Amino acid sequence: MLSDYLSTIDWSRAQFAMTAIYHWLFVPLTLGLGFLIAIMETLYVRTKDPFWLRTTKFWMRLFGINFAIGVATGLILEFEFGTNWSNYSHFVGDIFGAPLAIEGIFAFFLESTFIAVMFFGWRKVSSGFHLTATWLTAIGANLSAWWILVANSWMQYPVGCDFNLETVRNEMSSFSAVALSPVAVNKFFHTVTSSFVLAALFVVGVSAWYLLRRREQQMARKSIAIASAFGFVFALVTAFTGDRSGAIVARVQPMKLAALEALYEGREGAPLTAVGVLRPEAERTNDDNAFYFKIDIPKMLSLMSFRDADAFVPGINDLVYGNEERGILSAAEKMERGRVAVDELGRYRAAREAGDTAAIAETASKFDRSTPEGEAFLRDHFAYFGYGYLDRPEQIVPNVPLLFYSFRVMVGAGCFFILLLGLVWWLNRRDRLADKRWLLWVAVWTVPLAYLASQAGWIVAEVGRQPWAIQDLMPVGVAASKIPSGSVAVTFFLFLALFTALLIAELSILFRQIKIGPKND
Amino acid sequence: MNVFRKVIRFYVEGFREMTVGRTLWAIILVKLFIMFAVLKVFFFPDLLAGKSPEEKADYVLENLAPPASGTEPSIQ
Repeated sequence: MLSDYLSTIDWSRAQFAMTAIYHWLFVPLTLGLGFLIAIMETLYVRTKDPFWLRTTKFWMRLFGINFAIGVATGLILEFEFGTNWSNYSHFVGDIFGAPLAIEGIFAFFLESTFIAVMFFGWRKVSSGFHLTATWLTAIGANLSAWWILVANSWMQYPVGCDFNLETVRNEMSSFSAVALSPVAVNKFFHTVTSSFVLAALFVVGVSAWYLLRRREQQMARKSIAIASAFGFVFALVTAFTGDRSGAIVARVQPMKLAALEALYEGREGAPLTAVGVLRPEAERTNDDNAFYFKIDIPKMLSLMSFRDADAFVPGINDLVYGNEERGILSAAEKMERGRVAVDELGRYRAAREAGDTAAIAETASKFDRSTPEGEAFLRDHFAYFGYGYLDRPEQIVPNVPLLFYSFRVMVGAGCFFILLLGLVWWLNRRDRLADKRWLLWVAVWTVPLAYLASQAGWIVAEVGRQPWAIQDLMPVGVAASKIPSGSVAVTFFLFLALFTALLIAELSILFRQIKIGPKND
Repeated sequence: MNVFRKVIRFYVEGFREMTVGRTLWAIILVKLFIMFAVLKVFFFPDLLAGKSPEEKADYVLENLAPPASGTEPSIQ
């Protein structure tokens, strides 16, 4: 049986990844389409033109289908935290719980209340109140995303917390440090603006299909005018926040950056690889044998990472084996330091089991940040706690090919979206878009590409964090619950069936409604 | 009370006038049933639920801390 060959950890990771990927198929369209609908409804309220009412209702119907199918799929991730990732769930404590609770309140009270007014409130509430509900639904969905992304960002960059030895969990010491960390702020803007681009491409793609069919041409052209301008602006913002992400990752997750670039040897004036084909893992040990071929942009990686074309960018080998000259600790050294912290936790456990209060107090003092001894221990040892569980230094290297190619899919597609949306907007403005049938087909087929790019972005963020569940503090192997792999395998396939059924339902209802088109009241 | 009735009527009429929405609500209800009545109940017990804070700490400590000083832990 397959489960015999895969460990519980592999199944738990596969299940979480699959659930998150499916969930993320539904979310970005909700985040972006909400604002596009709000803009269209604003035009209706200002002009009182029934055309805008009909157009708004059409896109709102597609929004509703996507929202209904996708709603609550994220809750399955929370089930998995409790069952498959119980060590992690307890260890992260209220840091993860608080943002998720706030997200739940936002999602329930703001989205759920105003979405009802959005769909049921036509002719029952004033046009101004309806418009307010539409805007608040869009804003509420995006504010919900903020808190989810705050929780995710803390896993990438654990700040604003102190470890409580007695409860064996991290406790929030600074809400603002967690909620407004540079990783959280940038991740939020990068994620939501990329979702705006996906929604814009969806509207452009569906409208292009109508132009190809010579149906609903006024609605298609005006929808394209709004969506292409909206998408073009936010595609540029996405590129800007993506650039900021690179600079932040260079500081807080240097291994992720090195793996994204398959940079093995650190150097000053490091180039950015535009395109390349990697050799198999067994043949890749340094920069001379990493690629079959590649095209570099000189000094670009240093410039993007540290805003200095000659800055030193550490490579995979520097981070695994250390670089004394650059002051980079080896993973082996970090493992030794981490083991001191893990052993100290072991001593605490033994003392607790024996009821040895003197030994408990001695260990507790080492985890007390208010004393010089405690501060030194937390800085020199507990900061590398997760390394204490590793067997080999090489385990800190994530999957290089998956990251390398996913990153290029995301960035390449993002650049293409800027060009496409700009071109579509320009041609539509000059009333020449309908003649360019090849471009309309490109717009239609760009919709799945937008989803692919969006998923590639998450692969970059999450696979790049491996082997950590919480950067430097907890590897995924320790985060996972010790439960039979067979049970996780069963639920993996149950989820696969459930989500696939939901996706098929969404696509079939969505396609049917697009074929029907806007309705007259 | 009047406001409460108005809100109820708002939702009832909204549901009654739905067309595509009825199919969607059917999907939502089936999905929520599968998630909460099947998956959550039979396949996803919260391993820490029902434990006191101290028991939770002991459980996680058992998994995170080696049984005795000097024993090398492993991620696998």
